[in-house]
Amino acid sequence: MFSLRDKKLADDIISQIANTKVHLRFMHVCGTHQDTLVRHGLDFLLQRCGVEIGQGPGCPVCVTTPKEIEEILLLAKKGKTIATFGDMTRVPGVTSSLQQMKTEGCDVRTVYSIEDALMLAEKQKDREVVFMAVGFETTAPTTASVLVRKPPLNFSVLCCHRLIPPALLAILQMGEIKIDGFIEPGHVSTIIGSKPYEFISQEYHVPQVIAGFEPLDLLMATWMLVRQIKQGNAVVENEYVRAVKTQGNIKAQQLLQQVFETVDVTWRGFPTISKSGLRLRRKYEIYDARMKYEDELRKLADEEFTEPAGCLCGEVLRGLISSKQCPLFGGQCTPENPIGPCMVSSEGSCQIEYRYSKK
Amino acid sequence: MCLAIPGKIIEIDKNNKSATVDYGSGTKRKVNVSLVEVKRGEYVLVHAGFAIQVLDEKEALETLALFKEMLSTEGG
Repeated sequence: MFSLRDKKLADDIISQIANTKVHLRFMHVCGTHQDTLVRHGLDFLLQRCGVEIGQGPGCPVCVTTPKEIEEILLLAKKGKTIATFGDMTRVPGVTSSLQQMKTEGCDVRTVYSIEDALMLAEKQKDREVVFMAVGFETTAPTTASVLVRKPPLNFSVLCCHRLIPPALLAILQMGEIKIDGFIEPGHVSTIIGSKPYEFISQEYHVPQVIAGFEPLDLLMATWMLVRQIKQGNAVVENEYVRAVKTQGNIKAQQLLQQVFETVDVTWRGFPTISKSGLRLRRKYEIYDARMKYEDELRKLADEEFTEPAGCLCGEVLRGLISSKQCPLFGGQCTPENPIGPCMVSSEGSCQIEYRYSKK
Repeated sequence: MCLAIPGKIIEIDKNNKSATVDYGSGTKRKVNVSLVEVKRGEYVLVHAGFAIQVLDEKEALETLALFKEMLSTEGG
């Protein structure tokens, strides 16, 4: 559609970065960025120039907690029709996975959009349809857009939406890892714009660049981060100007504000992160599966759920280790037989590493 | 998950809420356009069945030139 491939330009960017003789570590938070980096070998090329880039908690399926998985499994078991995005059905919970439950006769549907889930509810008025809503700021407006249209009352949402800026802040506050700069997710930013990232640069003096998803976008974003560091700057820059406006998508932001309120939630591998989750506002609580099925979900309320034995998805998501450093990677844990969600999701760094490097 | 695919709006439905988007190579789909202000002929990014942003065609076409300019300024 718009060609963004130019080998000479890529060579020029790489050699300019190499000439700066830096040793830096950047984090991005997006599975699509990781896919571009690994598929095109940019991670390796940049490493040779002294720049390491790792994926943080930027995969909505991966950061969904074991408890949330158990909630949806329980609702499936109780006879609801469960609709969710493809990768979510394969994430192993403590007891089972949605895919496994489907083989046991539960009604689990993979959908491309929340619109498809709504259509299921409209067509089958005698069924209770629960949509497991995962995703960051990119996806949450689609959920909001459906809820403001007053869907039928046999439709509800298990809200697992999360927000990116609070997670970036948590990574910095935890201080487990040195981060010289963030590459910010282009499509989250089409919604929120560049302002919500600014406090991070101001308070932690960390440079940030919003980036697109072509190989040249990521090379250029890396170059822009390196330039900021060389100049002693720490601001939010936008490389993805063809899609991201400073103010973001105001219409989508208003919908988010109308339907959701922020709430403290845990992320897989993280402690509770303040105001990093979205919950339906009171006006929409008739569509909140946690309210609607409170009695049925009560038995999970006080249970503690642990990660699968030996699984280091938490360490991978916090950027402490690479996928290959997990002892289960490629042996016990493969895309065919995943132990943790980072190997399930096509956006998970373990699955991406496995897919392109085959161990 | 946050994957979004660019496509061109070829027809907007009368309700102004949905549109047909051409992704190239003959692939056309109905998309919810209620999150954006869009006109026929414009390009949008589509995520999970919704257009989430209108692409700036001028910026897109000038991206490579802009990169080259930044590099030459810096590289001297």
